[in-house]
Amino acid sequence: MLPAIDVRGVSKAYGSLQALSPTDLEVSQGEFFALLGPNGAGKTTLISLIAGLAKTDTGTIRVMGHDVGTDYRQARRSIGVVPQELVFDPFFSVRETLRLQSGYYGLRRNDDWIDEILHHLDLSSKADANMRALSGGMKRRVLVAQALVHKPPVMILDEPTAGVDVDLRQGLWQFIRKLNEDGHTIVLTTHYLEEAESLCTRIGMLKQGHMVVLESTENLLKRFSGLNLRLRLVSESLPDSLRSMLAAPSTDGEWVLSLRDYAQVEHVLAQLRQSGCDIASMELSQPDLEEVFVSVMRRD
Amino acid sequence: MQGFLTLFYKENLRFWKVGFQTVAAPILTAMLYLLIFSHVLEGRVQVYEGVEYSSFLIPGLAMMSLLQNAFANSSSSIAQSKITGNIVFVLLTPLSHIEFFSAYVLASCVRGLLVGLGVLCATSLFVSLPLEQPLWVLVFGLLGAALLGTLGMIAGIWAEKFDQIAAFQNFIIIPLTFLSGVFYSIHSLPEFWQQISKLNPFFYMIDGFRYGFFGVSDVSPYSSAVIVGCALLALSFAALLMITRGYKLRA
Repeated sequence: MLPAIDVRGVSKAYGSLQALSPTDLEVSQGEFFALLGPNGAGKTTLISLIAGLAKTDTGTIRVMGHDVGTDYRQARRSIGVVPQELVFDPFFSVRETLRLQSGYYGLRRNDDWIDEILHHLDLSSKADANMRALSGGMKRRVLVAQALVHKPPVMILDEPTAGVDVDLRQGLWQFIRKLNEDGHTIVLTTHYLEEAESLCTRIGMLKQGHMVVLESTENLLKRFSGLNLRLRLVSESLPDSLRSMLAAPSTDGEWVLSLRDYAQVEHVLAQLRQSGCDIASMELSQPDLEEVFVSVMRRD
Repeated sequence: MQGFLTLFYKENLRFWKVGFQTVAAPILTAMLYLLIFSHVLEGRVQVYEGVEYSSFLIPGLAMMSLLQNAFANSSSSIAQSKITGNIVFVLLTPLSHIEFFSAYVLASCVRGLLVGLGVLCATSLFVSLPLEQPLWVLVFGLLGAALLGTLGMIAGIWAEKFDQIAAFQNFIIIPLTFLSGVFYSIHSLPEFWQQISKLNPFFYMIDGFRYGFFGVSDVSPYSSAVIVGCALLALSFAALLMITRGYKLRA
């Protein structure tokens, strides 16, 4: 089966800034993929290149087998993008906006589908409201609706839940999850890592324009398996014998030690006792995606 | 085709929703020009034999309003969409380069022609105007609107701030229209300034347009049509090149 997105050797520079170093990425059809990275890592650049909003310096990108440069019309028919910026056209109502967006894709009578999207996104009561009159969360949902009007097989959501309250966020995810179950390929960028962990089957992490992680969520969490022991010491200084277990440099006087298993807790306590260190607080936890993310981003 | 029709419809709807500002206001401005200039100059200036100054002025005013509004439509729409970011909704779609270009330019033509027609209708209540060669009126109306719609598109794509659009309008469009013979015939100018005026493409649009009404012009309407047509082709080529390459649209 053709990959939904096939990125090969793609790079992009803006002046002297290398926003994206040569990158390969293949997203299969039906996949729920998360693209993570800190601000400025190159996520939006990569998305813009896939969506044809920017031109590549090197490499090729295909969406559902269509080259985004040479076969741009078919490629764009295959993709729906929810942009990160909260943009809207102040001249139109929600329904007008969605009808116009349908028309750009060659769809004349699309009201049934528009009504269905509005219903799922809890926007039915706002269908005739001007875009200017909507709250930030509602505008964000209209962006999702706009990306869906032409029922694209591939959806890219660039931080779709930024500024959306918890209730609406959950409703939105329920809807996106349903789209994925119906066969849509979803690519998501988010700063809410728990969302990526619970929704996405595979994760790519970008750091300074480089794809530093590209594997399944399960394997990634397994690779970082073990336990984290968070310690605060009265003396604030960690004995030298425990420094080899540090998961990350200390922040705000908190030490995070990486343990293989529970048996190692005893060893840590013994070392602390031997060095005369008093414990102010202690917490044991399993690493989540956020810790994996922090750990990956702190690596050289 | 449907994509083009939608963008064309949207661009018309966009200016029509603020019709007071985009259509009624320029007609009123043209009426004020007519009121003031005809009051001051009527009986003192005769440009063509047997043609009153007010009658001479009206085609120029109509064409000036047409050109300025055709320019304003595409330039403000594209610049505004770029600056606010909502141009992304058009750029993400499968619209071809030619559809994108034609929709913006044709919507500019609609606004320009609507304003031009509005000026002619409103002024006809006060001054009678002959219509010797209506086909030339139509030809120059269309060519002028398309040329300025295309120029507006180039300015809109190029501009990164509203200031730059205003500068384009204030330092290029308005001087070129005012110095193109809207208010006078270039034959009333010294030889040197006549030659300078002939370098101004706006002169040919207004002169040819006026020929349609009076059957008299400073330059043959055929020459004017060729010059304006060539300018339109050159600007269309430039605009399409910008769109195809994604200049300032697809960074």
